[in-house]
Amino acid sequence: MSEKGCCCGQNQPEQFTELAPVLDKYAKVPGSLITILQKAQDIYGYLSFDAINYISEATGIKPAKIYGVATFYSQFRLKPIGKYLIMLCKGTACHVNGADTIEESICEYLNIQDGETTEDGLFTLNNVACLGCCSLAPVMMVKSADGDETYGNLTKDSVKDVLAEIRERA
Amino acid sequence: MKVIIGQGSCGVATGAKKTAAEFEKQIADKNLNVDVDITGCVGTCYLEPIVDVYEDNGDLTRYVKVQPENVADIVDSHLAKGEPAKDMAISEEDKKFIEKQQRVVLRNCGVINPENIEEYIAVDGYKAIEKVVTSMTPEDVIEEIKVSGLRGRGGAGFPTWFKWNAAKQSPGNEKYLVCNADEGDPGAFMDRSVLEGDPHSLLEGMIIAGYAMGASEGVIYCRAEYPLAIKRLEIAMDQAREKGFLGKNLFGSGFDFDIRIKAGAGAFVCGEETALIASLEGERGMPRLKPPFPAAKGYWQKPTDINNVETLANVPWILFNGGAAFGAMGTEKSKGTKVFALAGKIKKGGLVEVPMGLPLREVIYGIGGGIKNDKEFKAVQMGGPSGGCIPASLIDTPVDYENITKTGAIVGSGGMIVMDETTCMVDMARYFLDFTRKESCGKCNYCRIGTKRMLEILERITNGEGRDGDIELLEELAVKIKDGSMCGLGQTAPNPVLTTIRYFRNEYEDHIYKKKCTAKSCKALITYEITDACKGCTLCSKKCPVGAISGEVKGKHVIDQDKCVKCGRCLESCKFDAITVE
Repeated sequence: MSEKGCCCGQNQPEQFTELAPVLDKYAKVPGSLITILQKAQDIYGYLSFDAINYISEATGIKPAKIYGVATFYSQFRLKPIGKYLIMLCKGTACHVNGADTIEESICEYLNIQDGETTEDGLFTLNNVACLGCCSLAPVMMVKSADGDETYGNLTKDSVKDVLAEIRERA
Repeated sequence: MKVIIGQGSCGVATGAKKTAAEFEKQIADKNLNVDVDITGCVGTCYLEPIVDVYEDNGDLTRYVKVQPENVADIVDSHLAKGEPAKDMAISEEDKKFIEKQQRVVLRNCGVINPENIEEYIAVDGYKAIEKVVTSMTPEDVIEEIKVSGLRGRGGAGFPTWFKWNAAKQSPGNEKYLVCNADEGDPGAFMDRSVLEGDPHSLLEGMIIAGYAMGASEGVIYCRAEYPLAIKRLEIAMDQAREKGFLGKNLFGSGFDFDIRIKAGAGAFVCGEETALIASLEGERGMPRLKPPFPAAKGYWQKPTDINNVETLANVPWILFNGGAAFGAMGTEKSKGTKVFALAGKIKKGGLVEVPMGLPLREVIYGIGGGIKNDKEFKAVQMGGPSGGCIPASLIDTPVDYENITKTGAIVGSGGMIVMDETTCMVDMARYFLDFTRKESCGKCNYCRIGTKRMLEILERITNGEGRDGDIELLEELAVKIKDGSMCGLGQTAPNPVLTTIRYFRNEYEDHIYKKKCTAKSCKALITYEITDACKGCTLCSKKCPVGAISGEVKGKHVIDQDKCVKCGRCLESCKFDAITVE
């Protein structure tokens, strides 16, 4: 791996060895930018500027345009995330059933706001539009390398228990 | 004997996987000759996890809310001794939730294993496409859909046959069929259930549509938030290819058709057809002016037809049973059935498929069992951010395209969010404007800036800083945003505000002039007080996260209003009803 400190975008290709096969497959297929970005995010957890530049070189699409696409869609992140990504549903059913108070509870417990990551790098909180589990509202999904877990019928206290349990496990 | 466990997202979220693992373990431990299998969403989400036990003669016992600790009871009595564990079985009352429905789209959801094509074939799956390609012309197919009266289930309610015909009539050999599975409407989840519970019916519907319009490629644009749906679709497509239902020369007719999945990346505006196409092409999902319509110039500038999941899932049934059978259900102009996602403050939440034209009351009370905790029904929100709130006084409105539109709401994709007396209607309007403001693509000024201004006014009102004239200002902006926006997002974004002003103007006035929130939900407008009923148990002061409550043990406590953050924890914790909200 290369030394840190490079800020000019001239990254060494070997830094993106896992992304290379994705680009081999999709770089020249028209209309594949979103797919490439999704795969890059799956691998690295977020889209770094280095990754955007690397994708730009391979596809010939300008970095500004890639940045434009990446910031248009809510799925893409430009900052690294914690080990556990909390996706808190803010859909209508969850809103009516008190998703805002659940958010307060999470923020208070982890001392972060929507979009932020805890100092220990364990949790990132992301509000999402709808997880589609409306009859279990309020709902959150916790994504991690161990898989996705959905928690329903949350209360101000139960959400803290869930997070405490995850923290214990980690 | 066979045990089937519902494993849609709702089921999995309530622990269906753990329940399934427990069944497998106990069945293996006891050496019982019982198969364990999975199915999709049954639709009675409030009863998950759901376990069906089928006897060899086909008799079914349904168990509900089965957690791992309940598994032993069912295994010991039912599976081992053949005596159903009655305590765990579904009640007669809950059975009615499904019995009162009429299922076309959801016909196989919660019945078959979505990961096994043989089970779909066993319920007449892929018979419709066989009939279509071997005995019908594309014109016949379009005529049959016309007879059925099927209209788009994604929101606009446009006649499906017309769209198919337009794509068919467009010149060119290369045409595309796109399935919009980007269910972006918060509060709607019927498409997810079909994708997870019966993916083959969507595939079959797409093949039929492709045949009718002369497309050889189908693309499913599926939201990335539905990983299970994508997984099941991929399995279904592989199986369909293996069986020869997808690929070259289907049923020896010379008709080629294949399907691929493209995962969306989260943008509500991509429900708009031209934005969806831009997204498929890897661009920002910005709508463009119509015409040209996608039927003339769509994906890669080729003729393209876009249909929603539910619309396409109806198609195999229609072709198999005939358009007239479908048209016999529903009302004169809104034919067939529609799936509604019943959620919010409702006793029995889940998926409800009923013939069009059934009164709202029947859906909410007859099937949904009424309001949670027997509170008072206040309104139902239909059509999501593009729709509106229908008040309790209109509960006898028949649910069809025309009658719902008259109320100011829309049928939309079928989300039905029920609200009770504790839901503040101004806050609801604020919630939806916050959503559309974030999701506006920014192309049209009125949509981009107008929704932001409307949101600011609504935030002001819910924060207790509403001014005289705010309601009129909202109404004025609403009309301008509708007129000044190019696509459906902006044209409908003000609807939640307009309908709440129309039916709940008094709530707006209370907020602005009396600084009062009748639903007691807007924090800036409520105060928590401790009454003389306080016994001094100190529980509330321990629960208070900001230390705003003080008092002696066994003495009346007091809330320091300057410190209070109005989180409501004291109210929840008090065992003596000594805390009031005004």
